Amino acid sequence: MSQNGHKVIGTRPIRHDGVDKVTGRAIYGADIQLTGLLYGAIKRSPHPHARIKSIDTSRAEAHPGVRAVVTAHDLPQIADKLADLGEAIVNLRDASNNVLAYGKVLYKGHAVAGVAAVNLHVAQEAVELIDVEYEPLPHVTGVLEAMEDGAPILHEDMKTTSMGEETDKVSNIANHFQHKMGEPDDGFAEADVVVEREFTTQTVHQGYIETHNATALWNEEGQLTIWTSTQGAFSVRDQMSEILQMPISKVKIVPLEIGGGFGGKISVYLDPVAALLSKKTGHPVKMTMTRDEVFEGTGPTPGSYLKVKMGATNDGRLTAATAYMAYEAGAYPGSPVGAGAGCIFTPYDIPNVQIDGYDVCVNKPKTNAYRAPGATNAAFATETVVDEISEKLGVDPLEFRVKNGAKEGTRRADGPVHPVIGCIETTEAALNCEHYRSSLDKTANGKVRGRGVASGYWFNFNGGRSAISVSINPDGTINMLEGSTDIGGSRASIAMQLAETIGLEATDIKPYVVDTDSIGYTDVTGGSRTTFGTGYAAHATGQALIREMKERASKLWDVPADAIDFADGVFSYRDDAEKRGTFKELASQAGDAGGPVVAQVSTNPDGSGGGAFATHVVDVEVDRETGKVDILRYTAVQDAGTAIHPSYVEGQMQGGVVQGIGWGLNEEYIYNDAGSMTNASFLDYRMPTTLDLPMIETIIVEVPNESHPYGVRGVGEVPIVPPPAALANAIYDATGVRLRDLPMSPPRVQQALAENGG
Amino acid sequence: MHAFDYATPESVADAVVMLSDPGKNACVLAGGTDLIVQLRENRRRTDLVVDVKKIAELNALSCDAATGLTIGAAVPCYRIYGDGQIAAAYPGLMDAARLVGGTGIQGRASLGGNLCNASPAGDTIPPMIVLGGEAEIAGPDGTRKVAVEDFCTAPGRTVLADGEFLVSLHFPAPAPNSGAYYRRFIPRNEMDIAVVGVGASVVLSGDKSSFVSARIAVGAVAPTPLFVSAAGEALAGEPVSDETIQRAADIARDAARPISDMRGTAEYRKHLTSVLTRRVVQGAVQRAKE
Ligand SMILES: Cc1cc2nc3c(=O)[nH]c(=O)nc-3n(C[C@H](O)[C@H](O)[C@H](O)COP(=O)(O)OP(=O)(O)OC[C@H]3O[C@@H](n4cnc5c(N)ncnc54)[C@H](O)[C@@H]3O)c2cc1C
Repeated sequence: MSQNGHKVIGTRPIRHDGVDKVTGRAIYGADIQLTGLLYGAIKRSPHPHARIKSIDTSRAEAHPGVRAVVTAHDLPQIADKLADLGEAIVNLRDASNNVLAYGKVLYKGHAVAGVAAVNLHVAQEAVELIDVEYEPLPHVTGVLEAMEDGAPILHEDMKTTSMGEETDKVSNIANHFQHKMGEPDDGFAEADVVVEREFTTQTVHQGYIETHNATALWNEEGQLTIWTSTQGAFSVRDQMSEILQMPISKVKIVPLEIGGGFGGKISVYLDPVAALLSKKTGHPVKMTMTRDEVFEGTGPTPGSYLKVKMGATNDGRLTAATAYMAYEAGAYPGSPVGAGAGCIFTPYDIPNVQIDGYDVCVNKPKTNAYRAPGATNAAFATETVVDEISEKLGVDPLEFRVKNGAKEGTRRADGPVHPVIGCIETTEAALNCEHYRSSLDKTANGKVRGRGVASGYWFNFNGGRSAISVSINPDGTINMLEGSTDIGGSRASIAMQLAETIGLEATDIKPYVVDTDSIGYTDVTGGSRTTFGTGYAAHATGQALIREMKERASKLWDVPADAIDFADGVFSYRDDAEKRGTFKELASQAGDAGGPVVAQVSTNPDGSGGGAFATHVVDVEVDRETGKVDILRYTAVQDAGTAIHPSYVEGQMQGGVVQGIGWGLNEEYIYNDAGSMTNASFLDYRMPTTLDLPMIETIIVEVPNESHPYGVRGVGEVPIVPPPAALANAIYDATGVRLRDLPMSPPRVQQALAENGG
Repeated sequence: MHAFDYATPESVADAVVMLSDPGKNACVLAGGTDLIVQLRENRRRTDLVVDVKKIAELNALSCDAATGLTIGAAVPCYRIYGDGQIAAAYPGLMDAARLVGGTGIQGRASLGGNLCNASPAGDTIPPMIVLGGEAEIAGPDGTRKVAVEDFCTAPGRTVLADGEFLVSLHFPAPAPNSGAYYRRFIPRNEMDIAVVGVGASVVLSGDKSSFVSARIAVGAVAPTPLFVSAAGEALAGEPVSDETIQRAADIARDAARPISDMRGTAEYRKHLTSVLTRRVVQGAVQRAKE
């Protein structure tokens, strides 16, 4: 038995989908084969900003083997309408124009036309035969340049919304908002130490291994089926229905296994194009992206500019903080600056705060969610400033964080008041961990070494909608159908919560992720909601099954149902010790007492997904001459609420850390003067390899979330938040030079050291 | 990728005939770890791929204390470093052979292909230059020999004329008291193209206190891998010391004429040239002393 009296929760069973995945049998989008299948390819813009004067598809259509070509003119024109996709709110007109450009192209790689042909090579040849006449326009890719008066304007009809009101000003600034709490001026006046710094971060991509794919079949009845890799099958259904202006009942989405998403597989790109091509040809059409298409044509997370000012008294109390945050939205409004603003000072209890956020369009791909969207950029700024303040005050940076840590009742600058959270507990666990207590030699092999720490916060979304449908087999095992696509081990964590509730083993539950016709509406797997929200539904399903089993037992034993108890996995009649049975024992007889046992439950819990806090400790070694940073040791500490399957919690922590390290050290979209990304491949877009990383050590803290029957908090996102700041602080400790621009790649580090005599 | 024909000649003469066909835009395939990628990404087009791996001379691998080392142009890296005698005699070459790609790539990738691909950043080229490598070329007019440092003429361009191809590479036997070393700088520990690569070979005096001669070559800082003869000459006759080595490093840095691209700025590359040259010469000296 594991802790807290749980039998299944807290153990580490082998995941249900594991064997098929490691043996290559799991079915991914690219595995789909259908009779008469055609292959599609996309024509993309070579310009970062241009007016489309004409598109001539005749040469492509005449090419042998080509079956159809589509452009934006094949899409219905739709009006402005906002839709919530789970991790981002998008305007559906923009979404449509992003799928196939209409009138203008807004970034290099913007899709302009689609082709279906008998094979991929023919489709790719045909793409070259589509003649697009462009009128190139001046472009802008940097956030501060895009905000200047006189910058090239992406959307001539877009007026800036400021503090909730639409202004008359046409600019690339889609939105400016402000959160204010207390009087920052007074707070800074009280402070003995005030630090104000500027930071920049670059565009980075989620970098999932599996590229986007979609196979569409529009049959003769007008029924559309799409097989695809997505974080939210129902979200894809919604988007298809809106973009193609067709009834929801005519769309079925079959989600296949997913080779990584991290927020980037919620918006549709290929799906509507494959659907139109299928409609035109009467054949199923399959489309898959190449890696450069993923980089240039899908949504990364934004580059940003931040200015953060914080003040503290000599006795180590934070008194005030302000932030100016400008985030690149990419081609269409909708950067995660709002989420970033909700996270930027949240690990701290600060009485006086002002945050100004700007959502700015630039000629880059429309940004999309990426693991704690907006929070990593924000923490890079705050956590570096906090490090500097701690140093000026001469206090340990983690003790400073504990002293100023947010707790139950602390108000966030954007409004909400914290329920029970594990912010201080997490920081204390980091402060007391062996890694932080260990000593570090400051030089070795001619290189210098240093240690850094940083904290981070992510909201974790409220539960959202989830549905579960179960049928009990006569042997007492359970087939469990769910609508949550499994991107990080959630089949296992949800099945375990059902097993715990009804006293079975994890292996007694067979979880299946099913299509949109087979289960109730389920929100996306995103915002770290799934183990919380769909797990909540699994618990409710277990409760429903217990009620149902009591009914069956009451019939079988001929006793009143309300006199039957369920405890420790056993149903028993209060007045007769002979009348008892486990779930499995009853299951074998239950069919005779009312037909097969099934249950369907849907939930949308009110409570919070339980905010997640993390604190990380890292040791680095810096080669002063080359600027290269190597990571010697890394420990991530995080509050998981309750770790349902600790291995998958650790896996999420490690994965998030690794992505954060990449963001901190080397990853960036490198643009040339022509507005073109020059490193759209895994060769030159430098994600860390295994040789660049030590084993990431993990410490799970458990401060249960009051809003969940088992205390679950989301765990998937917050681990990406602290790494860039922790690395910057460690590099400072090693070299005496503070880096405030990401990535801290060798050329930048070397230059900074040379300029600052580090 | 566009359609093309494929041929597997079994003699040098047959290959020359195929490559000389004026009606065809033919190209040579060795391990294919550059070529197939280029064809698939439409960076290159061809009518005919001539696979030279069935020709005996291109698979030759022999090492002899008197005459030196011969490596057929299609011999993959794993065979080279897998040969204990060769690995022991030419550690500077092994630095590069072990570094091209991962194990899978090394099962195919050849030094000949690396040289003929003529990337300024080709990792095996600087060590081949400093080891005094010579390329044997076959063509319609017979065979000829060209020093490796003269082989590449521009990014992706070589001295090979129409109908010519590389048969093998030759290296003299290592001199007594000599050592060679190659090292590249990349931002990660794997999976990158050299930002700068430096090869050095040194011959030391009998007491190992001074340089008899030295050769230094730098990759990724010019349109072709760069043989910086002046840097090596500056060491000849000089004592082995930090100062003399730094002087050679400065000469190499001044000879570098890099561009700025997504792998590094020109200024950074020049700086790295100096740092790496110093470290690589020190590494070569260390080996000469062992
Ligand atoms: C994953 C991966 C990692 C890599 N890592 C590295 C690395 O770390 N360092 C590095 O330098 N390179 C690297 N490369 C590039 C490549 O592997 C090397 O350049 C390799 O040495 C090429 O040899 P090959 O036999 O595969 O050449 P091929 O691809 O067969 O040929 C390369 C070029 O040379 C021509 N050619 C080949 N043989 C002859 C000949 N005998 N005569 C005339 N022309 C000829 C071909 O036509 C072609 O233009 C990597 C490639 C991949 C795919």
